[in-house]
Amino acid sequence: MRFKLAGLLIATSSLIAPAALADVYNLEIDQFERTVDGKTLTGVSINGTSPGPLLRLREGEDVTINVTNTLDVDTSLHWHGIILDAGMDGVPGISFDGIAPGETYTYNFTANQSGTYWYHGHSALQEQEGVFAPIIIEPAKPDPFEYDREHVIILADWLNDSPYKALANLKKRSNYYNYNRRTVFDLWRDWRNADRGEKTDVIQERLAWGRMRMDPTDIVDITGYSFLVNGETPEDNWNGLFEAGEKVRLRFINAAAMTYFDVKIPGLKMTVVQADGQNIEPVSVDEFPIAIAETFDVIVEPEAGQSYTIFAAAKDRSGYARGTLSETPGAEAAIPELGPRPELTMAAMGEGHASHGAMTESEATGMDEMTMDMSGDAHSGQGKMLAMEHGPKVLSYDDLRALTPYTDRRAPDREVELRLTGNMERYFWSINDVKFGDAGPLEFNYGERVRITFKNETMMEHPMHLHGLWMDLVNGEGDMAPRKHTITIRPGETISADVTVDATGSWAFHCHILQHAATGMFRQVNVIGGVQ
Amino acid sequence: MKPNFLIAGALAMATALPALAAEGDPLYNYTLIEADIAEIDDETVGAFDAQGWVGGDYNRFWWKAEGEFADGDFEDAEVQALYSRYISKFWDAQIGVRYDLEPKGETYGVIGLQGLAPYFFEVDAAAFVSSSGDVSARFEATGELLFTQRLILEPGIALDFYAEDDLSRQIGSGLATAEYSAQLRYEFTREFAPYVELAYEEAYGDTADFQRLETGSADDTVFKVGLRTMF
Repeated sequence: MRFKLAGLLIATSSLIAPAALADVYNLEIDQFERTVDGKTLTGVSINGTSPGPLLRLREGEDVTINVTNTLDVDTSLHWHGIILDAGMDGVPGISFDGIAPGETYTYNFTANQSGTYWYHGHSALQEQEGVFAPIIIEPAKPDPFEYDREHVIILADWLNDSPYKALANLKKRSNYYNYNRRTVFDLWRDWRNADRGEKTDVIQERLAWGRMRMDPTDIVDITGYSFLVNGETPEDNWNGLFEAGEKVRLRFINAAAMTYFDVKIPGLKMTVVQADGQNIEPVSVDEFPIAIAETFDVIVEPEAGQSYTIFAAAKDRSGYARGTLSETPGAEAAIPELGPRPELTMAAMGEGHASHGAMTESEATGMDEMTMDMSGDAHSGQGKMLAMEHGPKVLSYDDLRALTPYTDRRAPDREVELRLTGNMERYFWSINDVKFGDAGPLEFNYGERVRITFKNETMMEHPMHLHGLWMDLVNGEGDMAPRKHTITIRPGETISADVTVDATGSWAFHCHILQHAATGMFRQVNVIGGVQ
Repeated sequence: MKPNFLIAGALAMATALPALAAEGDPLYNYTLIEADIAEIDDETVGAFDAQGWVGGDYNRFWWKAEGEFADGDFEDAEVQALYSRYISKFWDAQIGVRYDLEPKGETYGVIGLQGLAPYFFEVDAAAFVSSSGDVSARFEATGELLFTQRLILEPGIALDFYAEDDLSRQIGSGLATAEYSAQLRYEFTREFAPYVELAYEEAYGDTADFQRLETGSADDTVFKVGLRTMF
C-alpha cells in the first residue's frame, strides 16, 4: 500500500464494476477518545479516526456516500472544493437540514474535477473536534507532471481543551490565551536599543497601539495546540517512505481549525504543481505558506540515503508539525529552528486601519518594517524580489499561474466589496461590520461574472472560502489567473477574485478560521436563476 | 431585599432576555470576583467587588455587587441588575437598578456607560437616582502594566460625586470621595490571581469636613491582600 497513514484508505464496496465509475462509500460520525501529548479528550471521528478515511475518487465517477450519525447531536459533512449540486454541499441550514442523530444521509455527486481536496464537518464546532479527512480525485487524463509515489500530508491543530470552552474563554476575555503581550521590560529594551533620535518613536508606537486598543502580539486567538501531520505529533514523527530515485508527490492539506503553517523540507526544493486541486505552472520553492483550508501539491526528488524533515511551523511560532521522508521506517532528520514569534507592525495595520492605503503605506515604508515576513512577504511582489536576492524562495500568490486558461474570460459584470471586519475585544467577527446572524444573503445572478473584492480591516489574516463556485484570483496573471476555493487576505490587504456564477442554489461563504466562522464571519450566497 | 428592587431587577432581565433570544447566538457568561482583607484601625475589614454578565455579543444581563464587612457584619453592601447594550465597538450602555442593603436600604435607578477607553483603560461610569430623588455618580477606571506575562500592576481610580448635600449620610455635594489604588497581582492562571493592593482614599469638600469631625482625618491609606478570580 502506498499510504502509510493507518486506516486512511477506505473500504469501498463496489456496486458496479469499477470501470462503470460508480462507487459507494460508507462513513460514520462518532465520538472517540483521543490522547495527544499526554492529555485525553473526547473528539469526533469519521470511522473511528481523525483524520478520517481518505476518499479516493476518480474523475467522472458517480459518487454515493452514506453518512451515518452516531452522535447525540446533529452532524454533517461538506466536500471542500468539490463542485456539486447545492443540495449535496453539506452545510446545515443552507444546503440541507443536517443529519439528525441515528440518521443516515446519502450524498450523491459526480466528481467532475480532479486533484487534492478534503472533506469536513460543518456542524457546530465538530470539525475542530476531529471531523476532517482528505479527498483525492484521480484525473481522467494523466496529470501534466510526473511522479512515482505520493503521500497525503494533512496538517492539523489539536487543542488541549474543548473548542467550545476555548470560545467561551475568548468571549470572557479576548486575550485569554495571549501570554506574549508586551511588558514594561520590552518597552525598556526597545527604548535602550533605539537610536538616539528614534527613542520617541518607541513611545509613539506604544501609544498608537494603545490609542487603537489593539495589541501587536495578538497573532493567534487560541494557544495550546499540538500540531499534527496525518494525526501524529512531532514526537510520533509521521514517516513517509520513498525509494532511491523516485519523484514523490506530496499532497498538502491544511485542515487546522485556527493555524496557518509555513512549510519547508530542508534540503529539498519543492516544485508546486497544484494549488487548491488545480494545475498551475510549476514553481520551485524552498518554502510555502499554507492558509487554513488551502491545498498545495508539490513534487520533491529526495536523494538516496537521505532523510528529510517535513517541517510546518505554526504562524505564531508556538510550535510545529513534523514528519519525515525517508527510505527506511522510523528515520529522523534534523529539525530546523522555529524562528522568532512574529508581531504585527503599525505599518501593516495603518492607523485607522479602514483606510485603503494601509498596504500602500506599508510597502512604501519598506519591507524591514514587515515583521510578519514569515508569511507576510509571501504575498507581495516586493517580498518575492527580496527573497530571490537574499534568501530562500517562498511561494507567493503572485507565483500562481494556471496551467491552462479557464473558459470564462469575461470581464466582471459588477463588483461586490466585502470588508472583513470584527471586534477583537468582544471576540466576534463579521463581514461589512454585520455578523452572519444579522445579515441577509448575498445575491448573485446565475450566469453573471462577479468580482469579489475583499478588504481586510482586521489585524488577522482570513482564509475566505466560497462554496460551490470557483474564485479566479486576480493576481495580475489575466487569463491564467489561478482558480481557488480558498483565498487568504492579510491584515490591511485588498484582494479581488472573479467568480463565474455557474451553479444555482444557496451556498456558504465564510472565513475558514473556524472560530471566526462560528462567531459571524460567514454569509449565505443565493444564486438567483439557473436550473439544478 | 425591597420588592421594588426585585421588580426592577426582573424588568432589567425581562428587557435583556428577549433581546438575547433575538440575537440567536449561544449565550455566554462572565464572572469576575475580587475579594480582599485589610487592617483598618486595628480592625480586620473584608471587602468584595464582583460583576458579571450573561448574554450574547450585543445584549447582556449585567450584574454588579460590592460590599465591606467588619466583625461579621456588612457595613456597606450593594447590588445592581442592569440591561447592557452594545452601542459601539468598545462600549456598552447600561440601564437598570441598584439596591443598597447596607448601611441603609435604598433603591436607585442606574444609567451607565462601561467599556474600554483608548490606551486600554477599563472604564465604568454610572449615574444614580435614589427613590427619594437624590442624584449621584460614580466613575471608575483601571489600567494595566505588565511586568511579566503574569505579574501585572493595575492602577485604578474611583470617584464618587453627589448632586446635593446629604446630612444623614454625612456627604457633601460635588466630588465627595476618591480612591487611588495600585493592585499588583500574579495570574497563576486567568482564573486564579492573588494580589496585594495599596489604596489611598481621600474625602473632599464638605464630605472631608464631616469625616474630620468624626475621625480626625479625611484620608486613609489601606493595604489589602486578596484574590481575584474570573470564570
